[in-house]
Amino acid sequence: MNRSLALKLLSAAIVFGAWEIAGRVPVSYAFPTFLESMHALVVMTFDGSIFTAYAETLKPLVIGVAISAFFGIIIGLWVGLSSRFEWLFSPIFVVMQAAPLAALIPILVMAYGIGLTSKVFVVCIMAMPVIVLNTASAVRNTPASIKDMGKSFMATDRDIILKIIIPAASPVIFSGLRLGISAGFIGAILSELKITPTGVGDIITYSRSIADYPSMYAAIFSIIVLAVLFLNLLERTENYLFEGNNRGYVSD
Amino acid sequence: MTVYGYRLPGMSSLLLWALLWEIVGRTGWTFFIPPLSDVFITLFDVIGTPAFLKAMYETAYAFFAGVFFAVIIGIPVGILIGKSRLLDELILPWVNIFLSAPLTALVPVLMVLFGFGMKSIIITTTLFAIWIIILNSRAGVKQINRSLVDMARSFGASPVDAFFKIYFWAALPEILGGVRIGVVRAVKGVIIGQLLISIVGFGALFELYSNNFMMEHFWAVLIVLFAVAFTMSEFLAYLERRVSYYAASR
Amino acid sequence: MSQTNDAFTKAVPVEGDSAVSVRNVSKNYGPVEALKNLSLEFPRGQLTSLLGPSGCGKTTLLKIIAGLLEPTSGEIEIDGKIITSPGPDRAFVFQDFALLPWASVIRNVAFGLELRGVAKSEREAIAEKYIKNVGLSGFEKAYPHELSGGMRQRVGLARALSVDAQVLLLDEPFSAVDEQNRRKFQEDMLELVRQENKTFIFVTHSIEEAVYVSDQIAILLPRPSRVSEIIRPQSFRGTGIENIRRSPEYLDIVDEIWASLRNYVE
Repeated sequence: MNRSLALKLLSAAIVFGAWEIAGRVPVSYAFPTFLESMHALVVMTFDGSIFTAYAETLKPLVIGVAISAFFGIIIGLWVGLSSRFEWLFSPIFVVMQAAPLAALIPILVMAYGIGLTSKVFVVCIMAMPVIVLNTASAVRNTPASIKDMGKSFMATDRDIILKIIIPAASPVIFSGLRLGISAGFIGAILSELKITPTGVGDIITYSRSIADYPSMYAAIFSIIVLAVLFLNLLERTENYLFEGNNRGYVSD
Repeated sequence: MTVYGYRLPGMSSLLLWALLWEIVGRTGWTFFIPPLSDVFITLFDVIGTPAFLKAMYETAYAFFAGVFFAVIIGIPVGILIGKSRLLDELILPWVNIFLSAPLTALVPVLMVLFGFGMKSIIITTTLFAIWIIILNSRAGVKQINRSLVDMARSFGASPVDAFFKIYFWAALPEILGGVRIGVVRAVKGVIIGQLLISIVGFGALFELYSNNFMMEHFWAVLIVLFAVAFTMSEFLAYLERRVSYYAASR
Repeated sequence: MSQTNDAFTKAVPVEGDSAVSVRNVSKNYGPVEALKNLSLEFPRGQLTSLLGPSGCGKTTLLKIIAGLLEPTSGEIEIDGKIITSPGPDRAFVFQDFALLPWASVIRNVAFGLELRGVAKSEREAIAEKYIKNVGLSGFEKAYPHELSGGMRQRVGLARALSVDAQVLLLDEPFSAVDEQNRRKFQEDMLELVRQENKTFIFVTHSIEEAVYVSDQIAILLPRPSRVSEIIRPQSFRGTGIENIRRSPEYLDIVDEIWASLRNYVE
């Protein structure tokens, strides 16, 4: 067992151990121990309730991310390629990126009700800015050298975009997608806690209301674990797909 | 982009969008979008009112307190794990986890443990901001040139001197970068906190106005919030630029 | 002992015609005059170097000839035609290799042909031939990041050769390559010029490199950019690569060029 893995396990043991102790003290009546929460998690897994919950929660997330990715990349490409388009649309996305868009949730609810539509909207407004800005930045930062190379071999504009710019921009676009999914996750959870409880958000609010704290903590723990695992997986895929890309442009 | 040879400034298209907003507002297409001019009139009306000032105060208090804790805990922790390999391997995984995790999910826990008041909101704000501050402070420390460290030791600098006269400044550009992103996240944190935990401050105003369909007021307050967040971010960017003159040649 | 007078009486026009003619080319970037009224002839089938300190406009001139930049005034004529944009008659080799990092060696070499719509099997066959030519057999499926700097430039060279252009433009092709590989490249360059019936235009800032590989050296000086001398080494051309660097004429020319250029080093 190498040192890095051992230390990670030690670190986890320390934190979960502290959780367990804090629960036994108890730090607060509302603070269950680590083991109690894990027990609740196991129960929810075996009776299937956690799977139905996630199916519900993931709906707006998947739909929202798909829409954001599709439109976000297209808009991002356009913004990156056309300086007119960039002047027109880039400030909007920069503002959206920095602003606390969560404030718009009540409006969305008023406009679109408390169903799937507003939740998808929330995911979209959280995820799209970072996808657009990353894509645009990647396109704009394509090394001039390989674009020149394409031109010197008389590539058409279409060829340059399809065969040079887009492949060159892919790593950063992918990384933007990852950040977008991460932001979309926040949007999905937020909409479940704020708009209307369904899915995992429902487990959290319901357990809290009946003071079943182990279940509440279990649900939250599962969200964090899943989000982290999934995003880590994406990062590994990114590295696997694009490991050669950032080297080999010039003499390193 | 250039028009007749004149370069248009970066964000100037916002003026065009503002104009579009005004026009759409006047057509009355949807009551959610009132004319921008009405929004601005309401803005100036509302700014002086006690309700607004109270909301401003509550939000600002939570925000600055949250950022304060994020900074005084985050920077030292970041520096510590940047310098100690052991602590780095123990703590960094958690920093990365919480950086990418949907922190919103943790808010119910905070509500349950710390109640429905200002305390929870401040903690939410701190949590949103702290991870990136830790990460950037760590990066700032890690990239300090070995030669600077050797130089400090060869001239017999005490640990305190070494820290305040050398390491702090060498790591400052990255630290400032982290604080700037942290501040933007903190604004999101304080609003999300207010929306979920207890309806105070700007969160309360948003609820109030949207429930009563006072759209001009809603947008007015939203614009104020965006403007404040933007100003703070730009101020920090300015500070970053002030130290960046030496950043590239470290 | 300047060869300029010798060069002008003996060299123009010595071996047949000019493949490329540069006539009164100027290039301005706002108030900055990168090139001013520059004229130069490049003899067919030979290697001409553009040699000079940084800022003398040699890469700018090369890119104008390639059609990647437009001159502010003046014209470039190739084989009787005035050119304004890239064409099938010219191929460019880049200083930083400009390879597609996500494509294999064979795809990179065939890229010029791919852009021209040549069918896959045909272009890969041509590419394989030139991969062998530059000594990269066996690396067809490798990726740029798996290759050393020297190998990457061979890919760039093979790509330029594959499109069978009449004029080959090389922009400091060996400056990003280590010293040993660089020497090998210079030797290979001599062989290449001898074998291929193309006109080579070669930008470099290395005096020794220029004198080693060139049939003709054009010395450019900065501010404003102008051709100050044209030198045609005689005695050691074609005597075999081992003997060149010790030839008295080689050493004399290198010293002479350095003497005139050293004032321009900042």
